[in-house]
Amino acid sequence: MSASQWRRSKHIREENMTTFLTRRAALLVAATCAATLGLSAIAEAQSSIKIGYAISRTGPNTGGAAVTTIPNYDLWVKEVNAAGGIKLGDKRVPIEVVQYDDRSNAEEAVRALERLINQDKVDFILPPWGTGLNLAVGPTLNREGYPHLAATAVTDRAPELAKRWPNSFWLLGTSADAAKSLVELLSKLRDEKKIGDTVAMVSIADGFGIDLSSAARPALTNAKFKLAYDKSYPIGTQDLAPIVNEIKALNPDVFIAFSYPPDTLALTEQARITGFNPKVFYTGVGTAFPLYRAKFAKNTEGVMGIGGWSGDSPAIKDYLARHKASAANGAEPDRWASAVTYASLQMLQQAIERVGKIDRAAVIKDLQTGSFDTVIGKVKLENNMPTRFWWVGQWQNGEFYGIAPAKNEGARTAIVPKPAWVAP
Amino acid sequence: MTNAILTGLMLGGMYALIAMGLTLQYGVARIMNLSYGEFLIAAAFASHWLFTGWAISPFVGLALVVPLAFALNFAIYKVLLTPLVRRAPNRDALEVDSILATFGLTFVIQGSMLAMFGGAYYSYSYLAFPVQFVGETVAANRLAALGITIVVGLVLYLALTRTRAGTAIRAVAVDPFAAQLVAINVPQASALTFALGGALVAAAGVLVSTFLTFSASSGVVFTMKALIVVVMGGVGNMLGCLVAGLALGLSEALVASYVDPGLTLAVNFALFLAVLLVKPAGLFGRATR
Amino acid sequence: MSARSAILGALALAALALLTFVPRLGNPYYLALAISLLQYTVLATAWGMFSGPTRYVSLATTAFFGVGAYTVAVLGEVLPWPLVLLIAAALGAILAALVGLSTLRLSGVYFVIFTFGLTELIRQLVVWFEVNKSRVLGRYVFVDITQSDIYWQLLLLTVAVFLLGWLIARSRLGFALRVIGEDETVAKHCGIDTTFAKVALFAISATIMTLVGAIMAPRWTYIEPSIAFNSMISFQVLIMALLGGAHRLWGPVLGAVPLTLLFELLSARFPNTFTIILGCIFLLIVYLLPRGVAGLFEKLPAKLRGENIKRVAA
Repeated sequence: MSASQWRRSKHIREENMTTFLTRRAALLVAATCAATLGLSAIAEAQSSIKIGYAISRTGPNTGGAAVTTIPNYDLWVKEVNAAGGIKLGDKRVPIEVVQYDDRSNAEEAVRALERLINQDKVDFILPPWGTGLNLAVGPTLNREGYPHLAATAVTDRAPELAKRWPNSFWLLGTSADAAKSLVELLSKLRDEKKIGDTVAMVSIADGFGIDLSSAARPALTNAKFKLAYDKSYPIGTQDLAPIVNEIKALNPDVFIAFSYPPDTLALTEQARITGFNPKVFYTGVGTAFPLYRAKFAKNTEGVMGIGGWSGDSPAIKDYLARHKASAANGAEPDRWASAVTYASLQMLQQAIERVGKIDRAAVIKDLQTGSFDTVIGKVKLENNMPTRFWWVGQWQNGEFYGIAPAKNEGARTAIVPKPAWVAP
Repeated sequence: MTNAILTGLMLGGMYALIAMGLTLQYGVARIMNLSYGEFLIAAAFASHWLFTGWAISPFVGLALVVPLAFALNFAIYKVLLTPLVRRAPNRDALEVDSILATFGLTFVIQGSMLAMFGGAYYSYSYLAFPVQFVGETVAANRLAALGITIVVGLVLYLALTRTRAGTAIRAVAVDPFAAQLVAINVPQASALTFALGGALVAAAGVLVSTFLTFSASSGVVFTMKALIVVVMGGVGNMLGCLVAGLALGLSEALVASYVDPGLTLAVNFALFLAVLLVKPAGLFGRATR
Repeated sequence: MSARSAILGALALAALALLTFVPRLGNPYYLALAISLLQYTVLATAWGMFSGPTRYVSLATTAFFGVGAYTVAVLGEVLPWPLVLLIAAALGAILAALVGLSTLRLSGVYFVIFTFGLTELIRQLVVWFEVNKSRVLGRYVFVDITQSDIYWQLLLLTVAVFLLGWLIARSRLGFALRVIGEDETVAKHCGIDTTFAKVALFAISATIMTLVGAIMAPRWTYIEPSIAFNSMISFQVLIMALLGGAHRLWGPVLGAVPLTLLFELLSARFPNTFTIILGCIFLLIVYLLPRGVAGLFEKLPAKLRGENIKRVAA
């Protein structure tokens, strides 16, 4: 047998193998399909509350959804069902979940919701992760009269949207509010002579960064801060060293970054490496993530960021413990939108239980007017928005405490100036 | 200025490192590998797992991950891609088939990583301390990655130009049919080169994971970056890959420092498009057709 | 041949008749699904219209789609709807002509990557402009357009695309393109203005894609660059057209329809393992259907006629 013949016969064997494998895979797919279909047919017969959601399990939003949203949805469903379900009148009804992947895509998210509503006929819908997707699904939820508890969307149009879509609740507040709180804190620190008045600000060129920086810009100038640096950088920038180096040369008192998780980590890392240690070091989304503490450990001390929670409150401590017990690999929640997301689910449950039946209009009404006991304390909405937000948090001794607005219950005093970076 | 240039070099070195494997896979084995970035992320996860779970330093991890990636990619080429190579009547057809097949592979790998690690961001600290280099403070891990890139690039360049096997590989890159006529075992050379490319991207993944935050779905970013560098440098050309990577990194750092960080990526793409318009086959590419 | 054309025509008419009933079902989900099907059908057909005969693989679908969507985001609330669509179409055509003139001399993968780079460049420029000049990123579109309006517009566009494709295939332009696809040098020697032919077709295909983006935009209320310029659209369209078979006008439909339905089914049944299953199915398709779905349909009559089909790379 010549070499080429041998190769050919080997090749045929390979091909046979491939065909065999592919056939087996096809069978497997068919069997799994059939099994799933069978299961859902059985579930149909039970009396339950059907709750549906489409969440980003693939695509660029996955990182956020996997930290903030999915573990809380899972935790809540598990806890409610362990307790027998949601109380409707005098009996408890378990939750049945229908979930889709929106692939981080607005069109998919809208269509998945239309499917949930019309095909699966779900009783309630939990929102997707992120500002863009929450805005994209707003009209659909409004048209179909489902309550929309947006717990991961920050938008300045929130008050206007709440008016336009009375079924929508904007639990994370507006960027104008965020900027105002931050500037108030900075002004107070300056009055206390703890910081000077030069500020360097960078923002990511995406909805979040632009909204916040355009709100912070006038607020800072009105408060007579000097804006020494004010630039944005595109999503996907892989080295932020030039930005940090340039800012370091300007030697500002305050560093503000309205950044996304990968950049938040990269900016902090770069600042530590170049020894850029301003009196106030504030970074954006991701500062409140457990990953941030895991990566920077002692170096988190004194770092400020967006979000925060009342880390001393027993309710929060209890929530943290339950979250760790329930999530995969014992993951902790982030210290900003996670607790708000969980609170939004508690509100939904309390509203349904008060109404006592599946009456979405009544549930929306109750959400608008009622008051709720949640892990983030008592919540009573005004114009479909909470009255109390945590806008600035600070890592103190391994916990990310809320420090502003200072009038919030449980607010800690800021550690300023930030301690020097230490070698890891 | 020194600082901007140094940052640019380190960034550019990273781009070149990311792209080197693809220029082999695409230039020699003729596989337009869309799942390239997923392999990079998989290696990053492996390194993260070794480091956090077993306290194995990423540089030691290289010795484990790289051979494994070589074997895996060799197997993938033999099992999944050889049937496509055999059935393709010409290069265009193979390109289309390999795009489709590796696109499917992308989903499989990404899905497996999502199932194993979830969608969250991952990051760890290794060699994350400042070092002084030509009077500037830079991160040790980035500098180390640049050093390794240069070494790997040089070794590969010498291997390709000075050894018999390297000459065979270059011959396959130029013309697989003619290469066959001079008794080069083209299928074998292609499989080995594809696997070598896979090993390189795994090395890139391990090195990059020491300073970048990644998640199971961030592979596509690296695929695209690599494609751009490869095409800009000229497909299958190591030197072109290095020059294009450095050019992109330098332009990014200089624009960020002196113009506007908001325009870095736009300038990158503009530079890339401009090069293609002036030299349609890339900086060091041979004109085809 | 004429019998087959008649059958195809009858099938197309029947499909059209069925499609006009969808909005009357009164089920928004079916409507949404139908919108999705039409969207990808039009995009994939438009893609195949250019890439099929010329064999240029373009990843610029997203660029044109995004330009259409952004035109609506900027002008949707200030100008009457038909005018917005017209402007979007004009922008798409101009952009395509410019790109076409400068890039069509690139061949093979260089063109692929160039078109991808172009999409990213446009997206980066839009972001930069919004951030630094208009100081907003993410625009709200509150226009008075219902889901069934979107559906009817897309249906109309679908019909137009197929008519256009059919006409082109019968025109001198279509013939010229087929010659170019076979051998560009021969085409030049025959006195065919290859550049003009390619640019013209590229512009037509791009204009259609831009229109799809513009028509779809009101579905989302909120438009930001990452939504409008989602590069997945380029890949999905490419895969659909190649799967269906880009060398036939009706080929891409055969990829777009089953794949859209498949994505829908999988993301519904297996939200957690969706990606893995999708990947496996993809690989199966590549190995089992080398010539696309259109190839399957061609095989049958060819066997009956006892002919051998010459393999043509899609």
